[in-house]
Amino acid sequence: MISTARAILRKDLLIEWRTKESVPAMVLFSVTVYVLFHFGLDRDSLDGELASGVLWVTMLLAAVIGVTRLFAAEREQGGIDGLLLAPVDRTSLFVAKAAALFLFLTAVELVAVPTFALLLLGPGLGGAFPELLAILALGNLGIAAVGALVAALAAETRARELIVPLLLLPLLVPLLIACAQATEPLMRQDAGTEDLGRWLSVLTLYDVVFVLLSVAVFDFLLED
Amino acid sequence: MAAIELERLERRYGERVALAGVSVRVEEGRTLAVLGGNGAGKTTLLRVLAGLLRPHGGSASVLGADLPGERWKLASQVGYLGHEPLLYRELSGRENLRYHARLHGATPGRVEELLAAVGMEARADDPVRDLSKGLVQRLAAARAVLHEPALLLLDEPRANLDPAAVELLEPLIGRASGRTRVLVSHDVEGALAESDLSLGLRDGRPAPVGAELYR
Amino acid sequence: MYSKGLAPLAAAAAVTITTALALVFFYAPNDADQGFVQKIFYIHVPMAIVALCGFVAGGIFGIRHLRSGDRSWDMRSYVAIHLSIILGLAVLITGSIWAKASWGHWWLWDEPVLVSFLVVFLLYCVYYPLRFSIEDPDRQARYSSVFAITAGAFVPLNFIAVRLAEKYTHPRVLSQTGGSLPGEMRLTFLVALLGMALLFVTLWKLELTAKHASMQLKRLRNRARVAA
Repeated sequence: MISTARAILRKDLLIEWRTKESVPAMVLFSVTVYVLFHFGLDRDSLDGELASGVLWVTMLLAAVIGVTRLFAAEREQGGIDGLLLAPVDRTSLFVAKAAALFLFLTAVELVAVPTFALLLLGPGLGGAFPELLAILALGNLGIAAVGALVAALAAETRARELIVPLLLLPLLVPLLIACAQATEPLMRQDAGTEDLGRWLSVLTLYDVVFVLLSVAVFDFLLED
Repeated sequence: MAAIELERLERRYGERVALAGVSVRVEEGRTLAVLGGNGAGKTTLLRVLAGLLRPHGGSASVLGADLPGERWKLASQVGYLGHEPLLYRELSGRENLRYHARLHGATPGRVEELLAAVGMEARADDPVRDLSKGLVQRLAAARAVLHEPALLLLDEPRANLDPAAVELLEPLIGRASGRTRVLVSHDVEGALAESDLSLGLRDGRPAPVGAELYR
Repeated sequence: MYSKGLAPLAAAAAVTITTALALVFFYAPNDADQGFVQKIFYIHVPMAIVALCGFVAGGIFGIRHLRSGDRSWDMRSYVAIHLSIILGLAVLITGSIWAKASWGHWWLWDEPVLVSFLVVFLLYCVYYPLRFSIEDPDRQARYSSVFAITAGAFVPLNFIAVRLAEKYTHPRVLSQTGGSLPGEMRLTFLVALLGMALLFVTLWKLELTAKHASMQLKRLRNRARVAA
């Protein structure tokens, strides 16, 4: 199972590297949204709750782009049949797609988060960096699992571009709550880490539930 | 045990009947020609045989696997050459074949062997989107036989191929390959010449092979 | 098949609801702080509870469908979700009315139950476009079941997260439901809850019976057409 997952992941990363269709779009989108928030909120710098909120809401909206494009190669080039004809476990497909999304999100954050710090974050990131990494990692995992599931659910429907955001964003609300609440103290002038344990636990619970659930139901998708 | 045994196979698409009452028996190593006009259900039949679509009625047994329950058994035994080449356009021929090899557990050596067999060594590293339809079809054929399948499902396999290519592909997908084959083609005479039995379809139902079929 | 027991069920629902209404208007005391308006609580909260149970039931029926491949489970799931969405809308509306009448605002972000409901409602609204954008009936049923299961699992997670997000300084408005209800209110509430539940199940069975009948009709028509 692992080897097929790896083969599929490798293929997806290779295609993304060649076409550069998802990650640059997500980065550009994120930075644009930061600029929008600057004008919309009429603020030069944010801290605490506002900073945390802007960072995470932008992340989720950018994720929508990644999720919508997750099965694009398969859809446009008849690749789904290729996968269905091979002795490939649906679970490997799920793992591969979720891993791809996870890696894309990480790549986006490598650029978007420092840009956010530069453009909008008053206190700066130095305060509690390792904690931020933990939140980002767990957050990405949840988005990846739910995103892969939503991508598969919407893969064959006609109104895919509408359904993905409408389906993905409500499902991500608990994750948003946990991530935003956990990040908020890190972005205050006097960075602290209150309640971090509690929110990380909620995030972990969310991740576990959705990873298990997605793996369980994925078998029933993408087959006829 | 026949390679393919269909008994009153049925497949619907919503309310519309795509296939109904299709019965046929194909022994190992034989070729079945499936003929009919556009929309007759030929491609649907191939997809059911490939395990891509599940039958809605009747019974179907392909290579010893009962459909739909045992579809998973078919996974590595069927080679499908359909209208879509099933190749990623941004990747090269070699990369595509290597990817399929990994999925099926075939070796890189086999990939090189096939690239040579279909005359694609020179352009194996060009992205598929830069290749002409004929070259893409060669690669698609290579992909279809990469894992040495017992059953070949061929939907207009010689479309876009020049005579040289047709000859190259003959030992892979032709009668000479020795595999059980189901062949869909609009070239009625050619198809009948290289098959052992034939099935005509009209509106999803079996019909005698003749001029009537295309009315 | 679905209509078994429909008549007695409908009768039981009617009786319980009438009793509940009587209790609400003549038996339960007026709330000291909020006055008469508080009585919306007897509709709002039972609807919320029944709707949530309906969503979870939809998920369970979805699981049964995927495991058995029997599309009648998907039908049950669809109807349960469909009715719960309508109830959900009513929950949001009655919640809003109650909020306005009691606290002067049309919406309360302080109230975790109401907020969670909004998110759940928004999620389940996508059920229709998802379901009806898939033409093949087998696939439509399968994908709907996957959605029902995912959304069903989401509901409790969402409530936990939203509840935790409330700063504990805000008093919880619905803490009345916590069980510290005086006797008369509790009885009225329970009867109202039972009435709402019976109503839901009655409507559920009714809709299933109607759908089943129309599907049979369609099947017979098709058979006649094919034979001709």
